[in-house]
Amino acid sequence: MAAQIFSAIFVIIIGVGGCVAYFWGANKLLDLTFPSRGVTGTAAVNNLRRQGLVRPWLFVGPALIILTIYLIYPVIATLWLSFLDRGGTSFVGLANYEWALRDPDLRHSILNNLLWLAVVPAACTFLGLIIAVLTDKIWWGTIAKSLIFLPLAISFVGASVIWKFIYEYRGEGQVQIGLLNAIIQHFGGQPQVWISLPFWNNFFLMIILIWIQTGFAMVILSSALRGIPEETLEAAVIDGANPFQIFWKIMVPQIWGTIAVVWTTITILVLKVFDIVLTMTNGQWNSQVLANLMFDWMFRGGGDFGRGATIAIIIMIAVIPIMVWNIRQANKETGGH
Amino acid sequence: MAVATGKSFVSRFGVHIAVLVFVAIWTIPTLGILVSSLRDKDQIVASGWWNSFASSSQTEAGRLPPATAQTQKDGKFVLEGNIFGDGAKRNISAFGVKAAAPTQYPAGSSADLGDGVTLQVNADGSFVMTSPKAFEGDRGQRLYYASSAPPKFTTDNYQTVLFSEGIGRSFMNSLTVTIPATVIPILIAAFAAYALAWMRFPGRALLIAVIIGLLVVPLQMSLIPLLKLYNGVGTFFGVPSKTYLGIWLAHTGFGLPFAIYLLRSYIAGLPREIMESARIDGASDFEIFVKIVLPLSFPVLASFAIFQFLWVWNDLLVAMVFLGTAPDQIVLTAKLNALLGSRGGNWEILTTSAFITIIVPLIVFFSLQRYFVRGLLAGSVKGG
Repeated sequence: MAAQIFSAIFVIIIGVGGCVAYFWGANKLLDLTFPSRGVTGTAAVNNLRRQGLVRPWLFVGPALIILTIYLIYPVIATLWLSFLDRGGTSFVGLANYEWALRDPDLRHSILNNLLWLAVVPAACTFLGLIIAVLTDKIWWGTIAKSLIFLPLAISFVGASVIWKFIYEYRGEGQVQIGLLNAIIQHFGGQPQVWISLPFWNNFFLMIILIWIQTGFAMVILSSALRGIPEETLEAAVIDGANPFQIFWKIMVPQIWGTIAVVWTTITILVLKVFDIVLTMTNGQWNSQVLANLMFDWMFRGGGDFGRGATIAIIIMIAVIPIMVWNIRQANKETGGH
Repeated sequence: MAVATGKSFVSRFGVHIAVLVFVAIWTIPTLGILVSSLRDKDQIVASGWWNSFASSSQTEAGRLPPATAQTQKDGKFVLEGNIFGDGAKRNISAFGVKAAAPTQYPAGSSADLGDGVTLQVNADGSFVMTSPKAFEGDRGQRLYYASSAPPKFTTDNYQTVLFSEGIGRSFMNSLTVTIPATVIPILIAAFAAYALAWMRFPGRALLIAVIIGLLVVPLQMSLIPLLKLYNGVGTFFGVPSKTYLGIWLAHTGFGLPFAIYLLRSYIAGLPREIMESARIDGASDFEIFVKIVLPLSFPVLASFAIFQFLWVWNDLLVAMVFLGTAPDQIVLTAKLNALLGSRGGNWEILTTSAFITIIVPLIVFFSLQRYFVRGLLAGSVKGG
């Protein structure tokens, strides 16, 4: 273990040192190859121009190489793999996609993902907005926000243990150590095995993600709300608007753009949700989702890379509209300056 | 936002109550595992953690001594003793002799078991059983009793989990993965971000668009080709395919789009005058970057570092694909996931492990919340 710590520290030094050495050395080399100081006239101008052509690539080079290996190449390779067989060796055309259309597990996963998409982003945004508005009105709002924000730092696995403990089930009449069943039993209800109730268990898993992500929505929306000009709100009050009208007709339309950003961010997260389902049910009792199904196919019986890749492509297709929208937004903004 | 939308006492009171309810829902779950991790493991299953400060009561079963222990007193046969023996004494509230009615008689009362046999069990565990006939058989009378134990808090669970369940080792593994995977991307991203913000070169706009596109590419798209690539490299060079180096680079790659995006939008917002006056003074891009941009970008570098730290520490998927599950490589999240399978009902193990897993992010988060929030706002609201 000491060797492990030592090697980690060693790597940090090597890694950071290597980066520094590369950036510093490459620059030095460029300056020496095309000197701009100490030479005069057209030579200096030419050398400066050459430097200007090369230097940006020295700066973006390492990032570009890593991005290519870890993201750009894999995206293309995954697309290609989805047309290959389980070992990734022979071409099978659209066979994986045909399988995808027919496979009941996959269809169920898509339906569950749609359910998650319908509930989680909406719930997080709505709760986040409500909490942001409410906490703005009280003196201990900052503390309250901190506490609601806190689950964002907790891993999905950690959160799953936390909530599994809340959903814990003991036979009827026994002492319930799970909070939910204890409350139910206290009021005379019947304790349930919440995570194995088909269909409804999806919602019990979603609660975990909502619990984690509401803080994110709250912080972003709270900052957007602060950006609303005070005069607008004052004018509305003078005109006799009630709190609900102010909320729905003044605040919400003003921060519509931010709401869209929060919504899409959580949507992408939901499409990738994996850890919660793996640790809570591993897809049993009809709670399977795409990301967990893909993980399953990657390793099940030695792994089926073709089908795994096909599932990844399905997730990707769902993300593409958001991706296009993001790039358009960004272009609009950079185009301006 | 200082506008008071409802000025009456009732509506202001309502706001306080509503926020209080939200705060309760958002904190009680975490509190539950913290409290449970500090409880005695027998008490965790005997009562809900919210009752942990009250005495917990549990129903137990035991047997009285066999007939050989009987004595004769006043013409009757008597069995005497204490059901707790020499062990720790607990408080008995009720007892019974049938499994269906384990608390039929209150402690201290005398139960009539028929045929003139009586049994008295006192609160301290002492019992007297009398019978007009001699007791027979070598198995004693079955006895059920409800006992209550005072609340007991202990750090035993932490010792067990850290040293015999392997969580301590996994903690070190998580640190080994997280720190280099946080540090390495920062410098690489910072240089790229500066070039994309302040240097002019062909393909710059395309590169920015690609990075913004990659920002949302699901991790799932990368897993299979990279797994194949790693396996290939491993076989080719005769080295293991699951290594710390592999996961450091993978996390670097997956973190870069966000790092470049976040740093670029911050660096692009630095005042143009500073850059230009430095350039007029003859500073090269490298000097401008090192002497002006890096120091000015400290807040955003801190924001990214926190993000990347939390993301890597909390990650399960990348660790499960690119690292092994042997004790020398398994990280906390993967270990916790494994414990959920193997120790499903042992809540003292699970709650304690979970708390150890989340404590580091919570500390980082609370001490550096300012930077975290700033990064969150810059990363999602400001366009690139």
